[in-house]
Amino acid sequence: MKKQTTESRPAGPKPWYDPRVRSLVFQVVAIALVFWGGWTLVDNTLSNMENRGISTGFGFLKETAGFGIIMSLVPYDATMTYGRTFFVGLMNTLLVSAMGVVTATILGFIIGVARLSRNWLVAKLALVYIEVIRNIPLLLQIFFWYFAVLGSLPSPRQSVEVGGSFFLNNRGLYLPEPMTQEGFGLVWGAVIVAIVAVIGLRAWAKKRQLATGQIFPTFRVGIAILVILPVVAYLSAGAPLEWELPALKGFNFAGGITIIPELAALWIALSLYTASFIAEIVRSGILSVSKGQTEAAKALGLPGGLTLRLVVIPQAMRVIIPPLTSQYLNLTKNSSLATAIGYPDLVAVFMGTTLNQTGQAVEVVAITMAVYLTISLLISLFMNIYNRAVAIKER
Amino acid sequence: MNNTKSIAAGAVMLCGVLAAPFASAATTLESVKEKGHLQCGVTSGLPGFSQPDDKGNWTGIDVDTCRAVAAAIFGDAQAVEFTPLTAKERLTALQSGEIDVLSRNTTWTLTRDASLGLNFTGTNYYDGQGFLINKELGVDDATELNGATICIQAGTTTELNLSDYFRAKGMEYQPIVFDTSEQTVQGFAAGRCDVLTSDRSQLAALRSKLTDPSSAKILPNTISKEPLGPVVRQGDDQWFNIVKWVLFAQINAEELGITSDNVDKMLKSDNPNVQRLLGTDGDMGAKLGLPDDFGYQIVKLVGNYGEMYNRNVGPDTPLGLDRGLNALWTEGGIMYAPPLR
Repeated sequence: MKKQTTESRPAGPKPWYDPRVRSLVFQVVAIALVFWGGWTLVDNTLSNMENRGISTGFGFLKETAGFGIIMSLVPYDATMTYGRTFFVGLMNTLLVSAMGVVTATILGFIIGVARLSRNWLVAKLALVYIEVIRNIPLLLQIFFWYFAVLGSLPSPRQSVEVGGSFFLNNRGLYLPEPMTQEGFGLVWGAVIVAIVAVIGLRAWAKKRQLATGQIFPTFRVGIAILVILPVVAYLSAGAPLEWELPALKGFNFAGGITIIPELAALWIALSLYTASFIAEIVRSGILSVSKGQTEAAKALGLPGGLTLRLVVIPQAMRVIIPPLTSQYLNLTKNSSLATAIGYPDLVAVFMGTTLNQTGQAVEVVAITMAVYLTISLLISLFMNIYNRAVAIKER
Repeated sequence: MNNTKSIAAGAVMLCGVLAAPFASAATTLESVKEKGHLQCGVTSGLPGFSQPDDKGNWTGIDVDTCRAVAAAIFGDAQAVEFTPLTAKERLTALQSGEIDVLSRNTTWTLTRDASLGLNFTGTNYYDGQGFLINKELGVDDATELNGATICIQAGTTTELNLSDYFRAKGMEYQPIVFDTSEQTVQGFAAGRCDVLTSDRSQLAALRSKLTDPSSAKILPNTISKEPLGPVVRQGDDQWFNIVKWVLFAQINAEELGITSDNVDKMLKSDNPNVQRLLGTDGDMGAKLGLPDDFGYQIVKLVGNYGEMYNRNVGPDTPLGLDRGLNALWTEGGIMYAPPLR
């Protein structure tokens, strides 16, 4: 009996010849090796550092930093902690990256379209711009904008002045700062109401167009709503806003909002540099849409603007978005060149001064790397979500 | 580029710390003898302290401090290899065992001495932080600097001193932190800041880089103590003693009037202090694990402390710094070494 049952089943391969068992074993071994490698690295580092009497751990983040930072989006002074300096640096990095992404995108789209213009001069100017800017190292461009701009600006006492409230000198651009008074909440309320109204209007206009074919000028009416509602609220609340003007005090201007030249130079350089790459991406995207699409739109009687907006751009976006994501990632990472001109970004503040004062290189470098990784992954995530929205829908 | 370079260097050092096996298995002296040279960490170029000359030879007071150690061990002041380091990298380079001695105008502070696994062996230059300011501003004293914009070089103790000074005086300031001293001077020259702050020994050199050096002046105030000296790793007391006593030997040699010129004549001296230092009597060298004539070799090949000072930063050099605090204690300064006996 026993003999029969074993014989009646087809004998499977020996376990070490079984592809499923094999692949499982190899994967387990690979994972074990990776974990062992990682653990050894961490353990070795910790014990080496302990042997050499180097303090480890993240306790330093709670110690007083004691140094000044020129620009901070959150309240900061020297009595705060290293954890706070990290936050200040992070915010400054995010600020310049976000500003750069917005302007580089706008500029890149304009130049990319200009590159395809039928106007010879416009197309050639765009070509020259792209070829010059993207072939010069970014660091040199940052230095250029920083020292060229600084050198041409006057000292604080000879500031360029506009109406006694705007001042420009080699310490920065000084603007009046709006100080909201009591009752300004009404204006914020009006802004929210206006936004909701515009969204409702858009839905209604679309529905009406589908039903009757009539087009409602949503854009113009929407802008009007967005402007008029808050202005009416502002006036009816008794104009609850005062402006704090910058004024020369001793060496520098005080009061108001200051845009420091480091931020301006870094922003300009990052925007111009990345825009030249984005322009080429936009051009490739537009060229990827076959000519038949444009011709079909024309045959249907669509005007040029609508053809671009409704036919060409949506199809071009599918090609544009993935490489655009890499440009955003590059821009964010390139912002760490800030340290060369003294803009207080994460690398300058945290991996610079904080590392130097605490001496805890391993922790500080690890945190900084983790931050850049996180920012980059988040940008990728959002761009991928957007990409999925514009990607071709197979039905 | 500088920035990426320093990140790359940081990563390399990180790997150094991660991967370096227990380097303390052999003593530093043994490993230095085995290599045949001393590995010394210096700046990437700081006039008077450590910078390569037009022939690529390193010169400076920090460089000579390392050469003296090499002279003591090998009887050859050239048996040194120099590793240029930025301010950010220097301590990590020493911790990870990439260099044997750090001699890079590094300020001796409690945090560095106690929490980084390092030991300062002494002071080869007493410095202090000062201010360089444009003459046009008409400021004569640092207490008038309220609201000023100040250029600083990153990776130094300077930032903390500055902040402490202004806080103590209840004044405001705006710091602009640059990566290298070149950029700091450029920022100052472009008018980005009213004041440049650094160690006083550096201000003269930095001022000489301006297109019109006479347009700027150094304020009389010294806002901090900056004892600069060589650093070694903790946990190797023999090596700690060697680096410490090489500098002490140079200071004692100056006190005893032994110079590189008269050292051969001094070998016949009857003064027991001179005999002990030059190794003609006693076994001072053996106690440190060095040849008994280590003192002779140091003075012969590198010179005493005064010679080293005058050659690199003294009144006849471009830096033109008076001895001041760095004069011997017998001559109104605070340079003092324990007796060599």
